[in-house]
Formats: sequence, C-alpha cells, structure tokens
Amino acid sequence: MNITLKVWRQRNPNDTGRLVTYEAKNVSTHMSFLEMLDVVNNDLVKKGEDPIAFDHDCREGICGSCGLMINGRAHGPGRGIATCQLHMRGFKDGEVIVVEPWRANAFPIIKDLVVDRTAFERIMQAGGYTSAKTGGVPDGNAVLVPKPVAEDAMDAASCIGCGACVAACPNSSAMLFVAAKVSQLALLPQGKAERTQRVLAMVDQMDKEGFGNCSNNYACEAECPKEIKVTHIARMNREYLRANLVEK
Amino acid sequence: MKLNAKIPAGPIEQKWTKQKFNYKLVNPSNRRKYNIIVVGSGLAGASAAASLGELGYNVHVFTYHESPRRAHSIAAQGGINAPKNYSNDGDSVYRLFYDTIKGGDYRSREGNVYRLAEVSGSIIDQCVAQGVPFARDYAGYLDNRSFGGAQLARTFYARGQTGQQLLLGAYSALSRQIKAGTVKLYARREMLDLVVIEGQARGIVARNLVNGRMESYAADAVVLATGGYSNAFYLSTNAKASNATAIWRAHKKGALFGNPCFTQIHPTCIPLTGSYQSKLTLMSESLRNDGRIWVPKKKGDTRKANDIPESERDYYLERMYPSFGNLVPRDVASRRAKEICDKGMGVGETKLAVYLDLADAIKRLGKNVIAERYGNLCDMYKLITAEDPYEVPMRIYPAVHYTMGGLWVDYDLMATVPGLFVIGEANFSDHGANRLGASALMQGLADGYFVLPYTMGNYLGGTKFKPVDTKHTAFQQSETKITEMIKKFLSIKGKRTVDEFHIALGKILWDYVGMARNKAGLKKALEMIPKLRGEFWRDVNVVGSGNELNAELEKAGRVADYFELSELMALDALHREESCGGHFREEYQTEEGEAKRNDKAFSYVAAWEYAGPNKKPILNKEPLKFEYVIPSQRSYK
Repeated sequence: MNITLKVWRQRNPNDTGRLVTYEAKNVSTHMSFLEMLDVVNNDLVKKGEDPIAFDHDCREGICGSCGLMINGRAHGPGRGIATCQLHMRGFKDGEVIVVEPWRANAFPIIKDLVVDRTAFERIMQAGGYTSAKTGGVPDGNAVLVPKPVAEDAMDAASCIGCGACVAACPNSSAMLFVAAKVSQLALLPQGKAERTQRVLAMVDQMDKEGFGNCSNNYACEAECPKEIKVTHIARMNREYLRANLVEK
Repeated sequence: MKLNAKIPAGPIEQKWTKQKFNYKLVNPSNRRKYNIIVVGSGLAGASAAASLGELGYNVHVFTYHESPRRAHSIAAQGGINAPKNYSNDGDSVYRLFYDTIKGGDYRSREGNVYRLAEVSGSIIDQCVAQGVPFARDYAGYLDNRSFGGAQLARTFYARGQTGQQLLLGAYSALSRQIKAGTVKLYARREMLDLVVIEGQARGIVARNLVNGRMESYAADAVVLATGGYSNAFYLSTNAKASNATAIWRAHKKGALFGNPCFTQIHPTCIPLTGSYQSKLTLMSESLRNDGRIWVPKKKGDTRKANDIPESERDYYLERMYPSFGNLVPRDVASRRAKEICDKGMGVGETKLAVYLDLADAIKRLGKNVIAERYGNLCDMYKLITAEDPYEVPMRIYPAVHYTMGGLWVDYDLMATVPGLFVIGEANFSDHGANRLGASALMQGLADGYFVLPYTMGNYLGGTKFKPVDTKHTAFQQSETKITEMIKKFLSIKGKRTVDEFHIALGKILWDYVGMARNKAGLKKALEMIPKLRGEFWRDVNVVGSGNELNAELEKAGRVADYFELSELMALDALHREESCGGHFREEYQTEEGEAKRNDKAFSYVAAWEYAGPNKKPILNKEPLKFEYVIPSQRSYK
C-alpha cells in the first residue's frame, strides 16, 4: 500500500520546525511502523537527504525509547502498545499519517521526533528507589509479599518510562509515570520505610520540572503502552496526603 | 602473550572466600580519591556503578542512551537462576555450577562458574530488597519455575519481564547514587576509544551524540559493560543500538578477545517476514515448558496447522530426546529446527519456521493458567503476526541472541590491559560455548553487585598511579584518530547506505558463521568479508554532519567495527576444529548429529591478540582444567 506521511522536522532545539510531506510507496502490511520509517529513511539517505531522527531501540515495546504522536495519538492507534509494536496493517492504503514528537514543555525537542526526557531521570533520582545498599539485605523469603500485592506492584512496575502519559495529557501531566513508581514501592513492604519522604520528594521534583497537574482526564491510562491504571494516581494522592499529615 | 587467569588455588568451594580475604582493600576515606569509568548501564554496568558508588568511589557512567533504563537488559524475559532450593527439589550451589559447566559444553572455567553459582542467591535477596516484584504465591513466598534445560525449578521471574524489573532495580540503585553525588551520569555519549597510558587503562574518548563533540575522560580504571555483539549479524534479537564498538576498540588497544566464534542462537523467535525486517523478536523459551514443538510429517504440507491430525505431526524433539523433550538446551533445539526446515518440513510462508503449540497445555491447565504464565508473550506474538496463539500454534525459528565470546578477563574480571575490567555479556568468562537460559541476568548482576566491587578494590589498592589528566597526548591522539575517521565517513559519499552494507555482512555471517559452520564456508566468509569491507570504505554514503545528532554516522562507526570483528569470528570458528555448544562444525558431529568435542586438542580458551590493521591476529591459548566436572559427551536423550 501507499502512505502519505507528514512528519515534524526540526534541525535542533532552536529551529522552528515544520511538517514535511513524504510518500511511502509499496508499504507491506507486515511492516512495523518504525520499519516503514526505516525504508523512508533509507530512501532519503540514497537521495543525500537528512533522514528523520527518531528514538528507538528494542523494537519490542519494553525499552521505552520510541514514542511518536501518530495522527494525534501517543503511540498511534491501538491500545497497550508502544510505537514499535504498531504495524502497518492497521492503516489503509492511501492514508495520510501525521507524525509528531511528544509535545510538552518538560520534554524539549532535540531533533525532529527526538525529545529530551531527562526530567523523568531527575524525578527517579529524587526518590524512586528503596535505600537498599548492595549486600546486607535479608533473604528474599524473609518478608512475605502475598501474590495479590506482588501482582498489583508488578502492574505499576511495568511502566517503561516512555512519556506517552505526558504526551497524551492535555495538561502534560506526569502523574501516571510518577504514580507508577510511588505506588509500586508503597505497595511492597520493602518500600514502606521510605514512603513518606519518597512521595514528597518525587512529587516536588515533578512540579519543578514543569509538568502539569492531573484533571482526571484519563488519557494517560488510555494511551499507556503498559495499560497502567489511574488507580495508581489515586494511591499516590493518598500517599501524598498521608505524607503531608505525617510530616506536619 | 602469557595468559594468567589468576584462578585461586584450593578446593572449589573455598576459592572465592579465600580470594576475597587475600584482596587488598581501599580505606573508606580514600575511596573518593579514585575515579572509575563505567561504560554501559545495563544490568552489569548499572549494578557495578551503583555498588561502587555506595562504596564511596567516584564513578562516571556512560551510556549512548538518553537514560540508563533503556539498556537492552530490559528486554530479557524469562528469569534469573539462583540455587535457593526453595522448591525443595535438591538444588545446590554445586548443582548450578555443574549444570552451567556442562551446559557450556566444558569450555568455561570451573573457578569462575562456581563463584557465579555461589553469589547468585544474594542477587535474588538484593533485588527483592530493591522492590523487584518477583512472582509470589498466595502465602507470599517467592515462586520458581523450571527453565530452559534445567531439571529443577530454580528460576525466579517477574511475569515475562524479568530483565525489565531487574534492570529497573539496578537503575533505581544507580539513580540513588547519582542523587548522592557518588555517580555522575553521562547520557547520549558513545565511547569511541580506550585510552591506555603506560600500559594502564586510564580513560576513554566519547562522542557526545547530541552535538558531536569529542570528549575525553580520565580515570584510574575503566569498566566495560557494553554487552555482546550479536548485532554483527544485523538481524538478531538485540536492540538496534546494541553494538561491539567499545569492546572492539579496547581490543585494538591491547585487550585480548576470547572465543569470538561462540555465539548463541535462540530457538524461540518470531520468524522473518520480509527484507525490510529490522530485527527479530525473541519469545521467552519458558514457552517450551508448556508448548510442544512440531512440524508436519509430510514434506511441503500446505494444510493449516489445526487441520493436520495428530498422527501426521512430528513432535521431533520429544521423539529424539525422550527425557528432555522440548526442554533440550538452546543450541540443540535451534539446530534441530534448522535441520528439519532444511529437509522441507518447515511451515509458514517462508517455510523457515516450526510450530510451538500450546493447545495441549490449554486443554490440561485451562486458558487462564496459560494466559497467566505466557500472557504477555502471546499478546506480543499476536501483535506482530496477527495470529492468536491460543487458537493456532505459534510459528517459531531460531535467531542470534547472545554472544558467549567477548573480551578475555581473568578471575578478577580484568582484561589483558591492566585497569580495564569487562563485565556481563561483554566478557567471555562464564558460559563457555553455550549459555543456559536465565543465566545472563545472573552473570551480569553477579559481576556488578558481588564480584567487581571486591576485585576493583584489589586493583586500586595494589596499584601505583601517576597523575593523569585529559591533556595527556594519548587523549589528543585518540580524539584526532576518531575525528579523522568521522571525516572519512562523511567524505566518501558513495551509493550504498550503512544499513545496506550491514545487511549484506549479516547475511554472510548467518550463512557461513551461523548455526552450522564448515571449513569451506568459513574460508568463503573470510574472502567475502574483507571484500565487502573494502567496498564499504569506498562506497558508503553517510549523510549529515559530524556536529549534530546523526544516527547514520553512529551506525557507520559500529558497522566498520563489525566488519573487523566478523573476520575474527570466522577465523576463530575456522581454527576450532571441533563442535561445542553454540559452535557447531558440520565436520565434527556424532552419528546422532550431536556436537562432537575434541577435548584433547581444543580444551582451551582462544584469546586473540590484535596485531595491527590487515595483519593476522595472534592466537593465545588459556588451557582449561576440569577437576570437578569431568568432561563427558552431553546427552539429553
């Protein structure tokens, strides 16, 4: 099939950027979306033109590198997938597809479709851990974690840090990303000791980075490639309220 | 070169304990005076950097990713081994040691492997403490499963995302140290040279991938944790950016390369569909616990899988290996799949696939149980192929997955360049000629959390360092050399893209240095690779400039290194006139078609020394001694 692409091109952070049209011919329905972009890029290189820059790596939906706004949706149509898991069979012959980077003040554009997500790093550094030093920890079975708790924690822990939640949110809020980590560690007994400082520090850093607030839009849950639920945001809010009460 | 593996003397179960006692220490208040560079932020790199940071060293971590969490360890699915014996099925450190030596087809060191088995239990404890949500039962105890060739349940797992959870655990420990200031992170930097001064590894030169600037960093020791080189094949299960540049350039600076021909093909990957294919997707081989592998008995059978009656199916692994059945080791499962497809029994459009069928398990256990165990794998398969594995059997085919070979290291994980340490998949050390399932995560974390922190102290505490900074001419020379190389790439302006060359190289490797190798094929590869390399340097087209984010330029450097490494792989495979583990030479097989080792002639590590451009590398041998696990023909019948 043939596809018309309108792709955001921006040479560097200071460039204004624009949508540029490319024709992708003879696209196989078995191709992944990124493989389709590979073919477009290979043709561009052959013509001596600068290929479209986009972040990607594992191409199996787990590293969290890729992230494109495709026809206005984070990671494109379909639920529970990252961009690399999107296949061309979901598109129609002759379709026009608009491809843009994540749009958020906290994610400045580096080039074309590549954005800087290091704000997430700083949030993690603020408190997204247990302070367990290497060595000197108890046996793995010393503290019991009943299956339902472990499963809930795993649901939250499956976050790949791609930033789709931010891109999908009308407020560019990072609440789902932050809540996934806060919730995982609040659920597990291993994370309980530091729950108060953790939620305060991570939320504080999130606000400093310029992410917006949550207005219960739930677009984050709808577009999350790992289908992480907004109930984790509720748990984070509870943790945050509790922490403020405990602190004061 | 005289190789000294520095394996401590004494009974195997006391080697590590004694050695740790013998190691020199660095006083806690002195540790901050030492700078350590860690390149790579996967399981090995992140765990090492975090642990060294906790000890108080000044650690500098480099990754070409935007974040350490993107490292390819994240994609490991199945699990991590530890002989905790929580399943009460008779597991022990000794048994895991024994299984790993045997699984590696007697081409690894007993001392190293015993240590790996010994520290692996602590890894589980460490990860649990970090908040890794391992699978648990209703009472709250950790769950274990049997995995890839093991006859007991010693594998810990977090759904099908074990690598992700372990990496996020190590990453969280690393993030904590970054916050504490003991670790500094340099993201979107690619190491392009190792700097050796007066025989010691004293730093690296890296390219800032965003603005293209060359950056020099000096240190007292350099740790490479940059993973394997499966991507030399172009199509592999590795992530797109995974590459061999760091280890290859260190090799050219004096680090010997161990067993480059030991590559692993993973049996359960999603088959290829077309020429545009950018990578292959692995599905955890845990699927083989409940999935039955079969092909139609009739050649060229075009019926749909579900229309083929039971009596006309060949469950060939169960037929050939009654006791291990579908759980034979990876190399055996892969080779049998290729063979049966070569005979014309393959299925699917390309006929390069076999079925992995969950139907019996669904009948026996119910769809819910299967979905709980393999839900994410089934979803992944459906996404890629648009077929539902709960309804029709999956199609699978082997793909390059892991490289057992890597830079040669001694017991202390130090390469032949003093001060250069190599950990995780990047080194050659623990898996011999074949890695067992759920052992890669174990080795990466063992090296990073529980081995390197001690051996590093020994090196730093026992070495005199002259003050060195990045003004030293060695740094300038490296920077100049790399800058010239980049200029060269940009000036060729040929007709073929980097990817086109890489695909062509990968095809040569897959055809002649892949799952089954022979003398004629390897000789052919050794003619074809240099020829293609010549064309690459004359006809590649790298667009853009050197002072911006330029993915084509990044790829060009990596592919240039793959060309050189590929030749060494073929040379090593040619010289090793035996079959062992993942290295299968067609000339050397038993009557049943199993790998036939030649222990008399080849019970050694082949450690290759770089001799200069276009010169034949020099072979050094480290003999392997087996005092505990006496080599025997592997049999999984």
